[in-house]
Amino acid sequence: MTSATDPDAYTGATPDNAIRDADRAEKGPVLAADGTPLKASLARSLRVQKLRALGLIAPLLIFILVTFIAPIADMLFRSVENQIVSETLPRTVQELERWDGESVPDEETFRALAADLMIATELKNHTRLGSRLNYETTGISSLFRQTGRDMDEVGEVYLDQFVELDEAWEEPETWMTLMASDDWLTARDQWATDKEEAEAAQDAATTAEEAIALEFTTPEPDFQLNQISQEALPRTASIYRQFAQVIQSEDEDSPAEEEPWAIVYQALYEDLTAGRGEGYDGEIAGLLTEAREAVGSFEEVPVREFFLEEVDEDWADPEVWGTIEAFSSPYTAGYFLASADFQLTPQGIERQPEDQQIYGLLFQRTMFMSLTIMFSCIVLGYPIAFLLSNLPVRTSNLLLILVLLPFWTSLLVRTSAWKVLLQQQGVINDILVWIGLVADNNRLELINNQTGTIIAMTHILLPFMILPLYSVMKTIPPYYVRAAKSLGATPFTAFRRVYFPQSVPGIGAGCILVFILAIGYYITPELVGGTTGTFISNRIAYHISSSLNWGLAAALGSILLALVLVLYYLYDRIVGIDNVSLG
Amino acid sequence: MKLKTILLSTGIAATAGAVFAAGHETMADEMTVVSWGGAYQNSQQKAYTEPYVEMNPDVSVTWDESSAEAVAKLRAMNEAGNITWDLVDVVASDAIRLCDEGLAMEVDHDELLAEAPDGTPASEDFGDLIVSDCFIPQIVYSTTVGYRNDAEGWTGEPDTICALWDQENFPGQRSLERRPIGNLEWALLCDGVAKEDIYDVLETEEGQDRAFAKLDELKDNTIWWTAGADTPQLLADGEVVMGSTYNGRLFSLIAEQDQPVSMLWDAQVFDLDGWIIPAGLSDEKLARVKDFLNFATDTQRLADQSKYISYGPARQSSAPLVSTHAELGIEMAPHMPTDPANSENTFLYNYEWWADYRDDLDAKFQAWLSQ
Repeated sequence: MTSATDPDAYTGATPDNAIRDADRAEKGPVLAADGTPLKASLARSLRVQKLRALGLIAPLLIFILVTFIAPIADMLFRSVENQIVSETLPRTVQELERWDGESVPDEETFRALAADLMIATELKNHTRLGSRLNYETTGISSLFRQTGRDMDEVGEVYLDQFVELDEAWEEPETWMTLMASDDWLTARDQWATDKEEAEAAQDAATTAEEAIALEFTTPEPDFQLNQISQEALPRTASIYRQFAQVIQSEDEDSPAEEEPWAIVYQALYEDLTAGRGEGYDGEIAGLLTEAREAVGSFEEVPVREFFLEEVDEDWADPEVWGTIEAFSSPYTAGYFLASADFQLTPQGIERQPEDQQIYGLLFQRTMFMSLTIMFSCIVLGYPIAFLLSNLPVRTSNLLLILVLLPFWTSLLVRTSAWKVLLQQQGVINDILVWIGLVADNNRLELINNQTGTIIAMTHILLPFMILPLYSVMKTIPPYYVRAAKSLGATPFTAFRRVYFPQSVPGIGAGCILVFILAIGYYITPELVGGTTGTFISNRIAYHISSSLNWGLAAALGSILLALVLVLYYLYDRIVGIDNVSLG
Repeated sequence: MKLKTILLSTGIAATAGAVFAAGHETMADEMTVVSWGGAYQNSQQKAYTEPYVEMNPDVSVTWDESSAEAVAKLRAMNEAGNITWDLVDVVASDAIRLCDEGLAMEVDHDELLAEAPDGTPASEDFGDLIVSDCFIPQIVYSTTVGYRNDAEGWTGEPDTICALWDQENFPGQRSLERRPIGNLEWALLCDGVAKEDIYDVLETEEGQDRAFAKLDELKDNTIWWTAGADTPQLLADGEVVMGSTYNGRLFSLIAEQDQPVSMLWDAQVFDLDGWIIPAGLSDEKLARVKDFLNFATDTQRLADQSKYISYGPARQSSAPLVSTHAELGIEMAPHMPTDPANSENTFLYNYEWWADYRDDLDAKFQAWLSQ
């Protein structure tokens, strides 16, 4: 069937025809007035148009990308992200590569742990890491919290002994000479001079405004290590640098004025007993040599012993170490495994203990209940939409308002109304008892279970089924059914063979709407679902707002999203997505 | 002449100094306070912010009823780098969580808070209730059991928490909170475990199984609630004959709405509610919040709050000052969870223990409920 508006039937000079003509031309390309091939010139002008069109939709596109796609992508990324372990415990993670997985790790690992935890404690990161690992192994949260309290004691014994050896070790000045790079020292001197001048200028200011304007706000330049000590005393240098960073950023103080933490002396002891430090030939080489000779006779307190005996005996538990090791990589499948009732253990992937398997059940239940709600919406919505589309406009508009009315009522009000209706001492049970259908001592349980969720959600989602059905049915000409009847079909056959097939796009649209809304529903199941009528989304909400396990919530959400996409694909294959009319 | 110059310059320096001092103590005029809404927030408005604004007329206080989601929202704000709240009311376990996550500020209680009238420093006046370095306690509440007086077929009156399990003498539906905290402790207590051993028992696999086995006996006759208003509603409708909720809710059901319900003061789970200051506030905002907190948590103010709601003040020195209900005129002391007659047999909820076991036991509890 062709018509005047069909592009192929139109023979005038349209851009489409021009391109086609250019293609057909056998004797070289058709040229435009300026000598370029017509095809290229046309494509160029069309491109300009397309760019302009893109420019017009750009604000909306950017808006959607920034406010909708990006947050979703960020949330999904959380389901695999796990950098907290390797960032908070970098030394420990490295040492654990040598660990056999069964025994209590050796002294070196505990030394690494002490250094990592000291810095984490100063940055208040250790408790955060504790709560992260507590999702995997119960008890780590308090273990880390408690260990953090004892961390400033590690190395104290060496601090005392170094200071006893030479009081210079107590002076920040000594450490500056030993650790800081010359560039930094120069920069800092310059900064200090600037500061003094600024303060002098401020004191001389005559008005308050002027004084405030002159306030010196430049921070001290970031601390830098010198090359020699970095090579000669790697451990001490590494921990001293972090000490300086923390002092500068957290305490807004200067490392040039602060005595180092005890753990720095611990590191120095480690470096010197390991025979390092000989390469140092800087200003205080004498002091260092003296110390190197003395450390052999220092009283020794192994860090491992300190952790196991003073801090907490749980550090002897291989499960704690196994958990740290299992979650040490920056990305983890742990959250997805947990969403499927598995767990990542040091021994590999294992099934969750039976009394903790919950997500598989919840996913199944969410699917089953969403489908039930969808089918009950079809059963209830179809006759209503049919009635609406076949009544005179005046009556049907009135009825349509009745359908839409609950739509304009608060969701919470509707859900609470169902509570009043369905509870055991509620209206429906009272009526049934009064009629005599139900015995007074055996009232129906209609709420705080699956039945309650299905009833309330079917009611809430019904308009989403009725509206697309109505809009499709409205367009079905009544004379098709009349024609079928006049050709001898019974009313049922006419409905089944003529009317129903034409209403299928409405059913399709309604099903997609209801199902997708139902699968992510949260507030109604929470209020009327009791224990057997809750959805996976209730668990996601719990992990987002109560347990703060956002990784697991993100993994559950990703799975839910994937499920919806798979169902959508299947629907497209079976019913065909073109066969859907949203009105 | 010389003297004059000196005087003049000293004068300028002094003025500049004064301006500086004032500059450092500049306080923001606006303050966003987060609380729970409802009667509780109302009591805070009446006892704390209204008198405070009267003293500082240029301060405006905005309320946000988001305490239930405070932990998640503060974390999101922190990640976005934009803290819009100045003071947040949370329960103690959330305060510990926020402190662990570095989202709440650690405070020095003695420096920040007012002394008791007799000079006792704040940290002693609050005592053990300071369960975290970030937490400033405000009230003590308890989760306890209420029961209907007109239930059919009952013999006697419930006088212990174990009446929950006693279907023979007290038949009917129960309502309990849909979380493991509190319920597991009660289950063990009624299974014969001594109060002081409960957490040791609950730490073991067998102990947990034992608690769930005891809860199994209740499962068929129990509605599990999530909002504090559920149990009062269920009791008023006659849906349940016995149920747990916060004591303040039961008080308002009994005293304000005059329902035929009584309260059981046995093994009620003590819990705390109080303030935290979000980490990362600007100096101006912080100065205002500190000034407000010093006022709002002093002995008299905490006692004043109990005029509007039946939660006990967290300061020991406030207890003697508790007076009568602002509207009903009844004496409030006998309705406080801290009243000696009510706290004969209380249950102290172990925050640190639950911080460890919460994730694990919650998964078990939900799995148990779903079966």
